[in-house]
Amino acid sequence: MPGTLRRTRSILDFALASLLRRKGRNAALLGVYTLVVFVAASLVFFTQAVKREAHQVLADAPGLVVQRTLAGRQDLVPLAWADWVRGLRGVRSVRPRWWGYYYDGAFGANFTVQASEDAALPAGSARIGAGAARILRVKEGDLITLRGHDNLPLLLTVQGILSSDSELVASDLLLLPREDFQTLFGLPPDQATDLAVDVANPRELPTLAAKIAERYPEARPILHSEILRTYDAIFDWRGGLLVAVLMIAVLCFAIFAWDRAAGLSAEERREIGILKSIGWETSDVLLLKLLEGLAVSLTAFLSGCVLAYGHVFLFSAPLFEGALKGWSVLYPRYRLVPVVDGYQLSLLFLLAVVPYTAATLIPGWRAATVDPDAAMRS
Amino acid sequence: MIQQPGVLALLAASALVAAFLALAAGFGLRILRRWDLRSGSDLQLALERETYLVSTLVAFALAAEVVSLFLFVFTADGLHGRFAGAMCAAGTLNAAPGGYATLLLKVANCLLAGVWLILNHADTRGYDYPLIRAKYAFLLVLAPLVWVEAFLAFRYFTGLRAEVITSCCGSLFSQGQGGLAGDLAAWPERTAMAVLAAVLGALFVAGGVLLRTGRGGYAFGLLSGLAFLAGTASLVSFVSVYLYELPTHHCPFCCLQAEYGHVGYLLYGTLLGGGIAGLGTGALMPFRRRASLAAALPALQRRLVLAALLAFGLFALVVAYQVATSSLRLGP
Repeated sequence: MPGTLRRTRSILDFALASLLRRKGRNAALLGVYTLVVFVAASLVFFTQAVKREAHQVLADAPGLVVQRTLAGRQDLVPLAWADWVRGLRGVRSVRPRWWGYYYDGAFGANFTVQASEDAALPAGSARIGAGAARILRVKEGDLITLRGHDNLPLLLTVQGILSSDSELVASDLLLLPREDFQTLFGLPPDQATDLAVDVANPRELPTLAAKIAERYPEARPILHSEILRTYDAIFDWRGGLLVAVLMIAVLCFAIFAWDRAAGLSAEERREIGILKSIGWETSDVLLLKLLEGLAVSLTAFLSGCVLAYGHVFLFSAPLFEGALKGWSVLYPRYRLVPVVDGYQLSLLFLLAVVPYTAATLIPGWRAATVDPDAAMRS
Repeated sequence: MIQQPGVLALLAASALVAAFLALAAGFGLRILRRWDLRSGSDLQLALERETYLVSTLVAFALAAEVVSLFLFVFTADGLHGRFAGAMCAAGTLNAAPGGYATLLLKVANCLLAGVWLILNHADTRGYDYPLIRAKYAFLLVLAPLVWVEAFLAFRYFTGLRAEVITSCCGSLFSQGQGGLAGDLAAWPERTAMAVLAAVLGALFVAGGVLLRTGRGGYAFGLLSGLAFLAGTASLVSFVSVYLYELPTHHCPFCCLQAEYGHVGYLLYGTLLGGGIAGLGTGALMPFRRRASLAAALPALQRRLVLAALLAFGLFALVVAYQVATSSLRLGP
């Protein structure tokens, strides 16, 4: 075995030296290759990190949310429903929730407005998210004005800015006392936006959902697991769509690599001819070509992955967040928690290294089996 | 179909590997029909060159198969959230027809491609291409299996519909379920341990005999195959239980996850490596009498036997360590 190892090492040595001899030509290839890996890796890292973020954010979400639909659209839920649901066996708590969206024409931004039952938030005050504070240019103690449904202004004192830990979910949030919320939107007092239901045993959730749907046919019970599944599906779908587009780029790159590998320069042909005439076997030359390809592949794979890691986890993926995250005037500022696992790396390996290697196999073999005599004569 | 980067990459890789093996099988067929070492014709020279291409193509296919085997399990595991009732890869693989068949075929193809590469390596040791016919006949068996695998993978992924209620690993690998998986889980731990110990013991004896006298290669190959099967069965039957410290949890996929220190990779990696080296030793036996290989083959077999024993030995050590250090103790 040491003999084989020594042989491979020597050929690897030769392969690296020959790559370095043609620096300019190989640097261009390496650059394009690294770019392809970088884009693919950014995409995969970003999708995975956002999925994880969504799971963490939703970890504390209620087990069951009950909405009401009217003519297929979401409508307000009568508070009487909450009392009936509370009476079901297995239900631990039912919380009516009030929330909605408020469009501020002056700033062109959409805020998420939520009613808070917190006694420490008196009428006429509000707590706001960090993104909202940035765009409204306010700090604690300042006044903000919202225009109510009846065109009357609603004045609120900023009682606090929500901590930046929760920026991903709370960036555009305005937390109002319930009375102010109802005044702002002109909501009837006996109705809520939806109901959050918590149960003692999560396995009973589907049964409870079925009971609620049977009692109130217009109700739409949404399970926690369904929300998670849907988020996963959305992010995977977006990621998959981009990967499908990217595959065309990978294909173009593979054709480029094939072309590169197939079009041997006269100098390279002469080199192979000389190697073979001084006693290199076809398998040695083939190994040389494969090792050259492997060196380029692995360099591009590693540098592409490292660059993508920086792009996604240090700079929050400025290149694709628009496509993957959705759009808004009020982008939350956050840093994704780095998650890189075997799944992502083996996926990237299959997406980037395998097509390149596949594209250079046959040209490499062609080069290795060239006749030494013919090669040197040309 | 579920559109997910992993699924797309797996399907693309399957198609690529299938295409490469089709190419290799085409060359193989030509070589089988026209090969004549005594001839000095252009055709014979071209065929001799093509042998290099074929072995490169199969080596590439094996590498891609191994990477895609792990990605397949990862992807199945990552998709489990999409199916109500599925808790890991076990549930996802059950969510559409062809999931388990694809996985088993992937494993089988990895083993066969590994054995093919061993035959190919032995072939290059002799000056007169001593294994050429055997190796290309074998390739014609391997290629259709890879095509079937690609077809099954395609059918499986296109058949996946989110929201299908599937059994989770807890119920699939629980005792009292019919089918192969249930039977394996219901295997009493003591019996499974005894069978694994007996097979591994016999393998080490056969390996010792083979190293000492050069005889018993067929038995060693057979025992390696058995050890691969017994090892896999013992993972479902008792290793999983000790590893997860839960008497009812028999899932063979959860051990790949970070909670268990990724120990599954070591277990599956050693089983696969040992299986390939051991089966390769047996597959080389018929060619020991070839004059051009008389010098090289015993040395190659000796190395393969050592590799197989090392891999299975490591597997046994890891299993013994897991069982010994587990907080779980199963009663008699």
